[in-house]
Order: sequence, then structure tokens, then C-alpha cells
Amino acid sequence: MNALQTAIADGVTITRRNALKIKRAPDQLGGAVILPIVFVLLFAYVFGSMIEMPGVSYREYMVPGVFVVAIVSGAQITGYTLTLDLRKGIFDRFRTLPMAPSAVLIGQTLCDVLMNLTSIVVMALVGLLVGWRIHTTPYEAVMGFLLLLFFSYAFSWVTATVALALRTPEVFNNVATVVSMPLMFLSNVFVDSSRLPGPLKAVAEWNPVSTIVQAARTLFGNTSPALPVSDAWPLRHAVEVSLLWSALILAVFVPLATRLYKKAVSR
Amino acid sequence: MPPAIMAEGLVKKYGHVTALDGMDLSVPEGTVFGLLGPNGAGKTTAVRILTTLLKPDAGRATVAGFDVVGDARRLRSHIGASGQYAAVDDHLTGAENLEMVGRLYHLGTKQSKERARELLERFDLVEAGSRPVQGYSGGMRRRLDLAGALVANPPVLFLDEPTTGLDPRARVGLWDVISELVAGGTTLLLTTQYMEEADRLADEIAVVDHGRVIARGTADELKDQVGGDRIELTVTNEADLETIRRALAPLAVGDTQTDATALQVTVPVAHGAASLTDALGMLAAERVTVRDVGLRRPTLDDVFLTLTGHEATARENATNAKEHSR
Ligand SMILES: Nc1ncnc2c1ncn2[C@@H]1O[C@H](COP(=O)(O)OP(=O)(O)O)[C@@H](O)[C@H]1O
Ligand SMILES: [Mg+2]
Repeated sequence: MNALQTAIADGVTITRRNALKIKRAPDQLGGAVILPIVFVLLFAYVFGSMIEMPGVSYREYMVPGVFVVAIVSGAQITGYTLTLDLRKGIFDRFRTLPMAPSAVLIGQTLCDVLMNLTSIVVMALVGLLVGWRIHTTPYEAVMGFLLLLFFSYAFSWVTATVALALRTPEVFNNVATVVSMPLMFLSNVFVDSSRLPGPLKAVAEWNPVSTIVQAARTLFGNTSPALPVSDAWPLRHAVEVSLLWSALILAVFVPLATRLYKKAVSR
Repeated sequence: MPPAIMAEGLVKKYGHVTALDGMDLSVPEGTVFGLLGPNGAGKTTAVRILTTLLKPDAGRATVAGFDVVGDARRLRSHIGASGQYAAVDDHLTGAENLEMVGRLYHLGTKQSKERARELLERFDLVEAGSRPVQGYSGGMRRRLDLAGALVANPPVLFLDEPTTGLDPRARVGLWDVISELVAGGTTLLLTTQYMEEADRLADEIAVVDHGRVIARGTADELKDQVGGDRIELTVTNEADLETIRRALAPLAVGDTQTDATALQVTVPVAHGAASLTDALGMLAAERVTVRDVGLRRPTLDDVFLTLTGHEATARENATNAKEHSR
């Protein structure tokens, strides 16, 4: 086998290992499925009955946002699992095997994409039940889902990097919560960012989460010409900029996480 | 034939702590080598370097003819390692754990499964093999971890404190497994804190302290240096300690230790039970009250006391801190 084949085969082996772990300890899957359902229902019925959007129902407007919230929280499983594994000797075993060192992180992040796929499918079904609809061509809709998965994959590498730098599950959880809260709420997930006051508006409009949400809304057709158009550049080219963000995140965080992994396990 | 494991002047520093301070090792093919030392002596650090997990700051080492730094990738297909902490996945079953290791050795699906079955059988884990490791006892985890190190039939094996934390029965069970294993010709380097374990398993022993080998030889050679068994007497009056020390001096083959707080005298003797009988006869003539008397094998503490003049106490607490953070 050449190096690439080895890396792929090993990546698959590790993905399978992580998938088995989720099967045996379904609490994580529960978190990735149940929480998003609660989100969709809560926002659909609580805020959906209070908030008015010009030209589009709030339920339709909000569902793509909930997708993104779910994948941002779902990606944190990568980091959390890594910190747990670091505590045990399992990485030592891996490192004395003639396996590709990159397989551990690739297997972990791929497994999380599978989990995120599951939670997006569940949310989409629940969304359809409460009145969310896709108004675009099937091609655009598929693009929308792929874009969400691509972003979730990229974001897994961010949490992997943070986890490998912090190394303890408790610290990681605290930091992840503190960072992801503003990321999710200082955005257009639940509100129209163009109606936020001055500095908050700038932050929300340049927040990558807003860009992804805007891209998903565009690709699913959950917007309306009656909504005020933001003049922020990332929101005007949301689909392109989303892809750019994801690619940029991968380009920075894949090498960074790989370096930190080597450092963390060779102590 | 070149040695299966060779190390020259290995040095590893962690900040101010010198974990390895110029360690030399040479293990002939097909033999069992015991690295004996207290907590913090540098055993794990040495094993981690030899198994490519850590790079030395200075010195060099080869295993199975491969340089541990330059040839690390290729070396890994020739070694099996079981660390101080059983490296098994809790949520996976015993069989799944072993199959995963087989796949990562690139044995192929079918052969990985077959190998897993063989090993489960050999390590008496057939029934447990289909259960998640979570419910395993300490001894079972250890056996599974050892099985994991053997998946690819490696010619050189490293076991870091394989029986630490096991109850005496599980320990003896694991010793049997290891003895059987090396009868097949595998070269084994094992670390331990127990003289008895090194005695039982190793052809040659190196005693390590502060990252350096301070004595080496067969178990018998070391025990000769240390003196044989120990007679340990506990008294009620401190004054009797000195009386006993003088009375038993003819039997002692090394320094007699007296401990005023524990009210104990420890006498190294050459002839075990026969010496004990002699001692009791000699004491009958003295007017001392002995509360307890017994014979015991030399311990690591005795080895250290003799070789270094200080007791085998764990160095620093960095080791403990690290163990907790895992
Ligand atoms: N990752 C580390 N960081 C800092 N100090 C370490 C680390 N690993 C080991 N040490 C120190 O190096 C010394 C040798 O440790 P170790 O090789 O684990 O000993 P042993 O296995 O014989 O108990 C100890 O003083 C320990 O505290
Ligand atoms: Mg150790």
C-alpha cells in the first residue's frame, strides 16, 4: 500500500471505531439529535408566534439558522472526544502502530460529519412538520445541505485544534461554551442582523456563522425580497464566502491541529 | 548477532527534571530483560523512547536493527508495546479492540478477525470478547492490552509495569502468560517496581535510579550483591534492638538495619529458613521479648538500600501529577 492508501484505510478504521463508540454510548447522538429538535420546536412555537418577518414566515426564516447552531454545537464533539482520548493511553497504542498519524484526526472529524448529517436530516424532517419549506430547485437544496456539511467538517478541525491545545475535557467544555455562545447569538441566526445597533451589527454581519446561515437561507429560498438587503460584503455573496470560509478554516486548522496532535501525544 | 535492543547514553530532560541521565542498555535477541526501579526512576521514559513515542535529547538507540528516531516508521512494524496504562477502548468489545489493531497493522479484515479470535483464546478472554471492555476487571484489561501488543507477532515486545495495580492472583496469572510468550523466542523488555517480578521473568535485570543503570546482572547475581533473605524481628522494648543486633551478628551477611520507631530489626541472612531457626536458637539465650518474627525475600527497597545507600523513594511528585492528568 502506498502512503495515501494507508492514510485512507486507517482513516476508515478510526472512523469505524468512533462510530462504534457512538453506537455504544448514544448520549452524544442523543445530544446531536434531541437538542436540535427541541430548538426547532421551541423557536418555531415560542418566537415564531411573536416575531414578524416581512415577506417570509419566521419559522421558515429560523430553520436554516437552527441547522447552523446544531452543527456548531455538534462539531464540539470532535474536541471533547479528543480530550477524553488524550486522558487514556489509546493514542500511545496508535502511535506504536505502523498507521498513518493523520488517521486519528481524519477519522474523528469524518465521524462527526456523519453525526451532523444525522442531526441535519432529523431537523429538516421536524422543520417540514412545523412548516419549513424549500422553495428552490433540488440542485440548490442539495447544495445547501452540502454547504452545511462542509462547514461542519471544517469547524470540527477548529474544535480539534482548541481541544489539543487545552487537553482537558472540563477546560475544553468551558471554553467551547464561552466562545460558541456569542458566535451563535451575535449573528443573524434568530434575528435580522441589519436591524442590530451599530457595532453589534458590524460584528454580526462579518460573523462567519451569519454568512453560512445567509447562504443556507438563499439556497433553500427562505428569504424574501421584502427583507432589507444588507450591504455587508460577506452577506451579499454568502454562498461563495461560505465556501471560502470553510476552505480557509481547513487550510489553517488542519495543519495546526496535526501539529498540536503530534505535540500533545509525544509528551 | 547484534542485540535486539541497544541504547547508548540516552538522555531525556523535562525542564529541570532529568528523566534519563545517560542510560545504556543491551538486550540479546530472544531474552527477557527487566528494568527494575522505583516510581520516577525513568522506566517509562526509556520505554517511550524505545517504542518511538518520544525523541531522546541525546544518545541513540536501535530496536530490531532500526534506529528509533531515523527509522521510526519502519521500526513500528517490528515491535509490540503495552504501556503503563492499558490502552484499550472502553466502548469497544475485546474482539473489536483487537480487530482494530489488526487493521491498523494492515493485516486485512479477514486476518484481523482471525488473529483477534486466536488471541482472545490464548488470553482466556473468549467469553468476555463479545462484551464492551467497560465491564472488564483490571486483570482482563491488562491481558487484552497485552494481546493488542501481540497482534502482529512482533519479534520485540515492551511491557511497562504490566502488573502494577493488579491483585496477587491476577498478577500470577499474567506472569504465566508472559512466561509462555517468551518461551516462543520473543525478545522482551519489561519494567517493574517488584524485585519478585523481575526475578520470576527476567534473564537479566538492570536496576535504574535517577535515569541511570546502577547495577545489572541476573537475579541471582543481584541478590548476592544484596544479600539473601531478610529476618525481620519486632520487639516491645527499644533497648532490645541493640541486643538482638549483636546477638545475630554471626548470621548477618550484610548491614543489619534497626528501626527505633517501628521497633524492628532486619538482618540479611544467607540460608533462609535454616538461618531463621538458628536465629531463634540464638535469641533463646538472650533476655529479650520478641513480639513478631518472620522471614522475607529481599525487596526493591533492600536492593536500593544496598546499592545506593538511600531508600527507593519516589522522586518528586511530578510523576504523580502527570499520572493524574491522564
Ligand atoms: N511528560 C513529563 N513532563 C515532565 N516530567 C516528566 C514527564 N514524564 C516523566 N517526567 C519525569 O521524569 C522522571 C521519570 O519518569 P518516568 O519515566 O515516568 O519514571 P518511571 O516510569 O520509572 O516511574 C520523573 O521524575 C517524572 O516526574
Ligand atoms: Mg512508569
